[in-house]
Amino acid sequence: MDLTYTPEQQAFRAEVRSWLEAHVPKHPLEHFDATREGFEAHREWEKTLKSGDWGMVTWPKEYGGRGLDLIQWLIFEEEYYRAGAPGRVNQNGIFLLGPTLIEFGTHEQKQRFLPKMASGEEIWAQAWSEPMAGSDLAGVRATAVRDGDDYILNGHKIWSSRAVFADWAFGLFREPGSERHKGMSLVFFPLDAPGATVNAIKKINGHVGFAEIFLENVRVPAFNRLGDEGQGWHICMATAGFERGLMLRSPARYQVAAKKLATLWQANKETADPALEADVVRAHMNADAYALNIYQTASRLMAGAKIGPEASTNKIFWSELDIHLTQTALNILGPQAELTHDAPDAGAVDWIDDYIFALAGPIYAGSNEIQRNIIAERMLGLPR
Amino acid sequence: MDFTLSDEQLMFSETARTLFADSCTPDHWRKMMEAGVARDDARWASIVETGLTLVLLPEEAGGIGLGETDFALIAQEAGYVALPEPLVESAGVAAPMLAALAPDSEMLADPSATIAIQHPSNPYVANADSAAAIILHDGGEAYLVTPDQVTLTAQPSIDPFRRLFSVEWDKANATPLGKADWDLAFDRAALFNAAFGLGLAQRSVDLAVDYAKERQQFGKPIGSYQAVKHHLASAQVAIEFAKPVVAAAAAEIGARDVQARARVSHAKLVALEAADKAARASIQVHGAMGYSWEVDVHLFLKRTVALTQTWGTPSTHRARIATRIFTQPMGPDQTFAREHENA
Repeated sequence: MDLTYTPEQQAFRAEVRSWLEAHVPKHPLEHFDATREGFEAHREWEKTLKSGDWGMVTWPKEYGGRGLDLIQWLIFEEEYYRAGAPGRVNQNGIFLLGPTLIEFGTHEQKQRFLPKMASGEEIWAQAWSEPMAGSDLAGVRATAVRDGDDYILNGHKIWSSRAVFADWAFGLFREPGSERHKGMSLVFFPLDAPGATVNAIKKINGHVGFAEIFLENVRVPAFNRLGDEGQGWHICMATAGFERGLMLRSPARYQVAAKKLATLWQANKETADPALEADVVRAHMNADAYALNIYQTASRLMAGAKIGPEASTNKIFWSELDIHLTQTALNILGPQAELTHDAPDAGAVDWIDDYIFALAGPIYAGSNEIQRNIIAERMLGLPR
Repeated sequence: MDFTLSDEQLMFSETARTLFADSCTPDHWRKMMEAGVARDDARWASIVETGLTLVLLPEEAGGIGLGETDFALIAQEAGYVALPEPLVESAGVAAPMLAALAPDSEMLADPSATIAIQHPSNPYVANADSAAAIILHDGGEAYLVTPDQVTLTAQPSIDPFRRLFSVEWDKANATPLGKADWDLAFDRAALFNAAFGLGLAQRSVDLAVDYAKERQQFGKPIGSYQAVKHHLASAQVAIEFAKPVVAAAAAEIGARDVQARARVSHAKLVALEAADKAARASIQVHGAMGYSWEVDVHLFLKRTVALTQTWGTPSTHRARIATRIFTQPMGPDQTFAREHENA
């Protein structure tokens, strides 16, 4: 147990900080889910990041990374959020599919997909859910039929984050006639492939953050299958582990938000309800606890442990802390809580937008109800 | 940066776990409750023989000279069995204070003796009657007495194993020890009670899990219903996010700065909140059985209530965290920052 940074880690932090100070856009980019322009501006930012070799620092060098460890990744993320750098438009690729590819992909697949993922040249959407397969993901009906060296994909995917403007998607497809967790494969497909139709779905904040995808006889090479045929469920669970356990939500994101909340409180404490200070303190505690938990997880993984069902506790914790934090801001703002960022009286932080966004947290990446089932069954051993 | 425990630390906590599991079962408590006693001499002797009371004492005072991380692991295991004896207050707080003030004190010579401590933050002294000595405070100075040199008035607690007393005493009968580090005593007590709280919390969940696997309603174990699962999963989430805070607080307590104090307070708050959430979920999952004297959960609940309000109330601890927030830099690069680095 040593909770101090080594001189090398401190030097790395300084290096990240100085690069970001020189490169982070001075004005915030339009949101990547709002318009094509916003999306492409974020792609450009990903290319800028790659020019500094910051695309995905934990990946091996040969696949576009820097070969750094998880503590360095946390330091990078801390500096990234501290600098107010743009959101990662390729998070489905770099945080979810990327680590899964590194674990399950062939060398050729890694060479083909990872460097372009790290550079933002190819931006990824996820295509897990279907109209009849949400929380019950094993109810997937989309099919992949082998035809020589190809698969023919058919089906209907929905709630696919980033699919409106992204280039590629990954999803689960089953062998016709197979049931439940068996017979599924994880397959990648280009979103502009002949036979693929993408229809945007507007979110409650007005952004086209997700889409439904119709696939009619979409032909992809068998090379696009990750892992063995029929191994899709197993691989999908590993992806979910990365997503929930470590990568999807950096603690730094909430530490920055907790800091902004404390600033908001300081500016309004003469007029706001004094009882709200306890919530400001709580928001800091939650962000801090989440950071400590992730540092502990990173240390365990570096010592050889694997992510297990405890990843589900993370997803519940960060999604709930985010709602509490942003709602506390609204309580401090009082009658100004409802103002959008276009209002002349709006403050520097778009708290109402952050609050609306936070409300999605308990739903996506596996609803919190499903996470609680996983904790109860797989951590505590309660019967199904 | 390494947030893992050493093999030695894990071994020590394993030793404590085994010792407590064998010697401190609900049957043991119930016999003690019937007899109206708060100390089992045989169990305490085995705790002493194993060296658990010597962990924090410096070697020159006959101790092992380990750190707060090591003792916190033992306190957590003690919490898992709701240990009746005052291991935390005696071996974690009072004895190290006495060793710092009077390393040659004869009270330290008898390893089986427990030492009680009066602290400015607490109105009562716990387990003063069975202690060999009591540390008392007056104006920042510490004094040592034996129980027969003072007047103890019992203030019965809802927890049968916390024997609280008001103390009336006269300096003329007390041995002055000089100026004491009451803040360190407070931080250690808060930290170790937080660790104890983690143990209480996990036991409450585990008791409910065992029950929910067995108890059948509507033809199925009640643990298969989501309403039951989700109570216990939520309690487990609270435990999982209190654990690293307790671990960090133990690792950093020696820094003695505003960040370290805030982290100790954070640990105390969230560990005992987790214990409260777990105990109440456990009672709920046990149904009417959970409200009966016969089921063991109530002892974990009562200890949780006691420890939540002692060694600093929740609002005291929140205020210490507020001080950290409003006087020190915040943000993602500040997780492990120290006050002197920001001065």
